[in-house]
Amino acid sequence: MSGQAKLPPSLAAEVLAEFEKDWRKELRKAVPVKERMKTGRRPMPQRTPEDRNKDFGEVNQGLSAEEAVLEARRCLDCPKPACVMGCPVGIDIPTFVKLVEKGDFAAAAAKIRQANSLPAICGRVCPQETQCEATCLLGKASGVAVAIGNLERFVSDTERLGGGAVVPALPPPTGRKVAVVGAGPAGLTAAGELARLGHRVTVFEALHDAGGVLVYGIPEFRLPKAILVAEVAYLERLGVEFRMNFIVGRTATIDDLRAEGYEAFFIGSGAGLPNFMKIPGENLVGVYSANEYLTRVNLMRAYDFPRYDTPVFPGRRAAVIGGGNVAMDSVRTAKRLGAEKALIIYRRSRVEMPARVEEVHHAEEEGIEFHFLTVPTRYIGDEHGRVRAMECLRMELGEPDASGRRRPVPVAGSEFMTEVDLVVCAIGQSPNPLIPQTTPGLGVGKWGTIDVDWATMATSLPGVYAGGDIVRGGATVILAMGDARRAAAAIDKRLRHGSAG
Amino acid sequence: MPRIVRRERLVPNIHLLEVEAPEIARKCRPGQFVIVMPDARGERIPLTIADWDRDRGTVVSVFMAVGTTSRKLALLNPGDSLPIFAGPLGLPSETGHFGTVLCAGGCFGIAAIHPLARALKAAGNRVVVLVDVKADYLLYWRDKLERLADEFVVSSRDGLYGGTEFVPGHVRAILGREKIDRVVAVGCTYFMNSVAEATRPAGVKTVVSLNPIMVDGTGMCGACRVTVDGRTKFACVDGPDFDGHLVDWAELYARRRSYFDDEIRSLCAWEEERFP
Repeated sequence: MSGQAKLPPSLAAEVLAEFEKDWRKELRKAVPVKERMKTGRRPMPQRTPEDRNKDFGEVNQGLSAEEAVLEARRCLDCPKPACVMGCPVGIDIPTFVKLVEKGDFAAAAAKIRQANSLPAICGRVCPQETQCEATCLLGKASGVAVAIGNLERFVSDTERLGGGAVVPALPPPTGRKVAVVGAGPAGLTAAGELARLGHRVTVFEALHDAGGVLVYGIPEFRLPKAILVAEVAYLERLGVEFRMNFIVGRTATIDDLRAEGYEAFFIGSGAGLPNFMKIPGENLVGVYSANEYLTRVNLMRAYDFPRYDTPVFPGRRAAVIGGGNVAMDSVRTAKRLGAEKALIIYRRSRVEMPARVEEVHHAEEEGIEFHFLTVPTRYIGDEHGRVRAMECLRMELGEPDASGRRRPVPVAGSEFMTEVDLVVCAIGQSPNPLIPQTTPGLGVGKWGTIDVDWATMATSLPGVYAGGDIVRGGATVILAMGDARRAAAAIDKRLRHGSAG
Repeated sequence: MPRIVRRERLVPNIHLLEVEAPEIARKCRPGQFVIVMPDARGERIPLTIADWDRDRGTVVSVFMAVGTTSRKLALLNPGDSLPIFAGPLGLPSETGHFGTVLCAGGCFGIAAIHPLARALKAAGNRVVVLVDVKADYLLYWRDKLERLADEFVVSSRDGLYGGTEFVPGHVRAILGREKIDRVVAVGCTYFMNSVAEATRPAGVKTVVSLNPIMVDGTGMCGACRVTVDGRTKFACVDGPDFDGHLVDWAELYARRRSYFDDEIRSLCAWEEERFP
């Protein structure tokens, strides 16, 4: 269903054609394989932990051009590149990497853009170590994969600083109206793809800034907003129209929009409802969902209160529950807002943590304390209803569960109490029910996710497609983008040929 | 950006805002709210929809100037634009045929109760409207409400409408003299809590429109969680209407006060900037 075990034939043929071009052959000959393997992975320049954990400036500073070329030279240019198979959107990775080695950064950027409309974002937030870099042959041979993510970031940053992506020659307008619901990673990708194919695209977004989780969830220190603004501006140059503060399902339903002439829909409304553990004291003041905590800080800029009007509780001893990227973002945010102690409370052990390795590493450098095999059992408040302490229970790992990870089992009698004045619950979310509730006939699975045909992302309603967290329940930016690309291809086919595909 | 077509002070500290929002005007129903942000550095707050004009494409909200956001809103004028005026959000109120319905409104809720009373009347109910004000000069929309109500009662603490009792006394008096099938209350937390406590002994179903702190208003953040009948609900998507006899009021008061100190800090900072 998700990912790509095998390359689609057209992509495989394209990758092979690029591989056989003369300049590639020459480049392969120019540096012997042994030499390539001798070069160590070029380190990502970073701000020091003591410097960066007090503000929201970006942690990673990006490779220099010299370093990027050196890193690109490490790539062995395999005839059957496994990295491409590891990429959910099927970027022709070796070609863009070799273009970097050649020094043609603009061509490298254009190559990535063929498959990925948000490269500066993916270069920063993709879990490369479990995708493209996990399948890298050099990684298997030498233990250290080519830093594909860092190169993607370098290429797209260079493009942006050089004046931004060039709008490709667009085909004649088809005049067909497509509505995209949600301006998150899935929606932005679908909008870009469909606009490039000549369709008239309107993106409807419930919040006041485009980006979805990229703007309300992922903090500035990991993904500066300026990058997102540039990507959205590029989409506008492609002709995409944005309708902000428009809640599809409430301001107008899918059926209303159909009556207004929209012929196809892509729903990328995301996972809207934060999960809580349903333990005593969870509604005490000072206990947040990660969504609320991060939205206040990122979207509403509570870090700049009172210049901005939205407050957030700073917290002296902050505990973040969970072990994913959202938990890392939350705990590092708490630290930056001045918490003396910022703790991760995770019920499994280090190896089961779903967060990107780099984020965990950065968090540790910044002085975050990790408490593994621990779960909160209740929160204790004071007379004002504010959280003051939490009771936790120790766990041990038992048999593997459905996810293949060893199931945490409580250790009897291991309860202990710890003082906290800020708790952020980052244990996932459920799909937002607004669109399923207001769209009669839309097929929904038992967890509230929209049912789709995974090949085309078509829902049970004709002309309505969906992708990202609203169909997956909770996944990554890049998987949402892969869904959106498949959906856009199917929408284009439908609009051109009238097929139900 | 949505344009303001009218902004007026109805009575001291209570303001009306009418905004061009054709889609919302077309769609909104009694009991729903909008999320409003006054300027680019503002906070998102929910305001109950108090009226609308589907033909002109405008939506009316009434609010009390208390904190930074509402004070900023109170200074806007026709022709100004709002960066955010989004909705209609929340589930509409139930407006079926119940028999006799007591509609109680206090403060900004006097306006918010209006579309609800109108819909209940249209559904064939006998509608008793009870409005609560601290003093007679704080009463507004009397004509509008009196016109549609079968009976109109003012509870005013200054004695100018007979008696100085707070709203529970009036509720008990009405319940004592006629059969009330349902009570709906909109106003501040204390007002709604007081109405709910007044009807609890008689067991008359009492629906309250809760007003917790919200951020996105679409179910995404959970800031607005309230405990109702022992379960956590999100007021923005599961409400804002709930059974007033099942609401955990103590928790709601505490959560409403989450940022009390920050709100004062914010207001002071804004006043220094705005009125140096």
